[in-house]
Amino acid sequence: MRKKILEVKNLIQHFGSAKEPIKAVDGISFDVFEGETLGLVGESGCGKSTTGRSIMRLYDITEGEILFNGKNVNSYTSRKDSMQFHREMQMIFQDPYASLNPRMTAGEIIAEGFDIHGLYKNKKERQQKIGELLESVGLNREHANRYAHEFSGGQRQRIGIARALSLNPSFIIADEPISALDVSIQAQVVNLLKQLQKERGLTYLFIAHDLSMVKYISDRIAVMYRGKILELGLADEIYNNPIHPYTKSLLSAVPQPNPEYERKRVRIPYKHEETPANAEVIEARHDHFVLATKEQLSKWL
Amino acid sequence: MKKKLLDVKNLHVHFKTYAGIVQAVRGVNFELYEGETLAIVGESGSGKSVTSNALMKLIPQPPGIYAGGEIHFNGKSLISLSEKEMLAIRGNEMAMIFQDPMTALNPTMRIGKQITEVLLKHKKADSKEAAKRRAIELLDQVGIPFPEKRYKTYPHELSGGMRQRVVIAIALAADPKLLIADEPTTALDVTIQAQILELMKEIQKSSNTSIIFITHDLGVVANVADRVAVMYAGQIVEYGTVEDIFYDPKHPYTWGLLGSMPDLNNSSDELLRAIPGSPPNLINPPIGCAFAPRNELALAIDFEEEPPMFQVSETHFAKTWLQHPNAPHIPIPEVVARRIASSRGGEA
Ligand SMILES: Nc1ncnc2c1ncn2[C@@H]1O[C@H](COP(=O)(O)OP(=O)(O)OP(=O)(O)O)[C@@H](O)[C@H]1O
Ligand SMILES: Nc1ncnc2c1ncn2[C@@H]1O[C@H](COP(=O)(O)OP(=O)(O)OP(=O)(O)O)[C@@H](O)[C@H]1O
Ligand SMILES: [Mg+2]
Ligand SMILES: [Mg+2]
Repeated sequence: MRKKILEVKNLIQHFGSAKEPIKAVDGISFDVFEGETLGLVGESGCGKSTTGRSIMRLYDITEGEILFNGKNVNSYTSRKDSMQFHREMQMIFQDPYASLNPRMTAGEIIAEGFDIHGLYKNKKERQQKIGELLESVGLNREHANRYAHEFSGGQRQRIGIARALSLNPSFIIADEPISALDVSIQAQVVNLLKQLQKERGLTYLFIAHDLSMVKYISDRIAVMYRGKILELGLADEIYNNPIHPYTKSLLSAVPQPNPEYERKRVRIPYKHEETPANAEVIEARHDHFVLATKEQLSKWL
Repeated sequence: MKKKLLDVKNLHVHFKTYAGIVQAVRGVNFELYEGETLAIVGESGSGKSVTSNALMKLIPQPPGIYAGGEIHFNGKSLISLSEKEMLAIRGNEMAMIFQDPMTALNPTMRIGKQITEVLLKHKKADSKEAAKRRAIELLDQVGIPFPEKRYKTYPHELSGGMRQRVVIAIALAADPKLLIADEPTTALDVTIQAQILELMKEIQKSSNTSIIFITHDLGVVANVADRVAVMYAGQIVEYGTVEDIFYDPKHPYTWGLLGSMPDLNNSSDELLRAIPGSPPNLINPPIGCAFAPRNELALAIDFEEEPPMFQVSETHFAKTWLQHPNAPHIPIPEVVARRIASSRGGEA
């Protein structure tokens, strides 16, 4: 039996007033197994980042439960538990501009984590580690002394990745970690993430909208839409046999690097439908779950 | 005959930093015709954003320096224009969608107001009411749900992708002749991306807009571009029609790019074919071909002398010694050839 490292149970995260809430995340449940990559895709604004940020304890969640290694992350009472959690779970943020302090050098940004946790007391060792991390994300040691604002978008994102790796976490929430990178660096970073996963048994929640890369890196994929998970299953299965009309629409919109194909592309539009109140998560095929009513499902299959 | 809107000649842009002078753009040449879309692709840090910011004369000086070259836009030579003259062009005749939506938006102003300001400033609406109506229409066009309600929100209340759509609405508001889009859809999901690309094409058709489209997504390039410029280390290394670049690439860097993408038909067990190594330091750009140190197929001359831009066909150019008549024949790597063949076979 695979071990569940993260369990999200009926997570609800609302913003704004209680009277007129923005239902950013509206009751989602999923598990992430140790050593796997779960891809989270979906429309812009559907609540992917909010999901990641709620798991990271950056918000007070409205309702639900988040268990990390079996322990409710909102029940930590001691500072030690909190510190340990933040060592184990790291996030690579979506926006490489907003998430790096422009007045810090790349080296300072990367070392911030280990300075807070008091690792590498010896200066030479610390410098050595910074250099290693920079190189592991395809930058070079000389970059350590340059300020964040002097880097291009993709270079900044790699600094963010190096920072996330600095504490040797066991779980990484990667929020669009590669969309600002060119394809070759994307390949480098994805290879790096895969290699780290193999070597250290890392677990990833990988948020992205580039479905070809998500399919490549993920073991399973969850498709999110307006605060809900509509479909969840093995990556190949979701890709080859989508069931929910939204997933079908999403897949039909993936651009292919082929001008002739693109000129003839036919996109399947999706007409928004409220999820009926009696919809439930149904295992439509083996290990392939859909949020639907029985009637909807029989129509879609 | 189509009219030339933009002509960039031997453009050089440098930055003064503590470590030394960063030669971010090192002799870029291209032209753009009315109603045409040029996609710029290339390595992160290769100078795509600096090039497009230079076209708008948005390079901060200092630390930036226009170190040489010319930019002719719609009959004017931009390098010599004053900031005041540029202000009349920017946002009006040429508009830009920035890579980073947060720098383009005013965090303290409601998004609706940010759009109506542009409409009123460039006289695209003659009353406040008309501007408001048009702003809501634009928000709707870029796919913001409940545009009337969202009209009054602040940028930080929106998701990353929604912010970017607001930035796109602002750029489109002025109905510019030249639209420079720096990774406009990178933050968007594929369905919204497809809608935005369709919207941009519609506007291009009806207003004969020229578009410079910077993106990492080769699928998007295949979708939008008429022509493609591939950049590496501050230079354009290959230039041609979208078919030239996707079906008959000539530069080893372009081969590397096309080979790095995941192949959807293949298993995910094998690693992706990333180009080894990292890009050169632009403070001391290498002698010879800048890509040589990472190029497994490099020739001896690549390390000694910079290759000129060779003409491959009427539309196609490549800056590689492989195009020299006396160069040994080095075939395109097999993975790339296979990729092209399978995509031409139709099943992408
Ligand atoms: N701090 C906040 N205050 C109010 N509303 C918020 C806040 N953060 C997010 N939202 C809203 O919650 C919804 C989900 O946002 P979120 O950033 O999670 O989307 P996302 O799926 O990550 O989108 P994208 O792909 O564009 O990054 C959006 O409607 C957004 O406007
Ligand atoms: N203000 C600045 N000061 C110093 N160097 C800079 C500055 N702005 C850009 N550069 C350098 O100029 C080079 C080109 O940067 P640019 O932003 O054009 O890259 P890009 O091709 O747009 O990359 P990306 O795909 O990552 O956005 C990079 O090496 C970058 O570090
Ligand atoms: Mg997000
Ligand atoms: Mg850029």
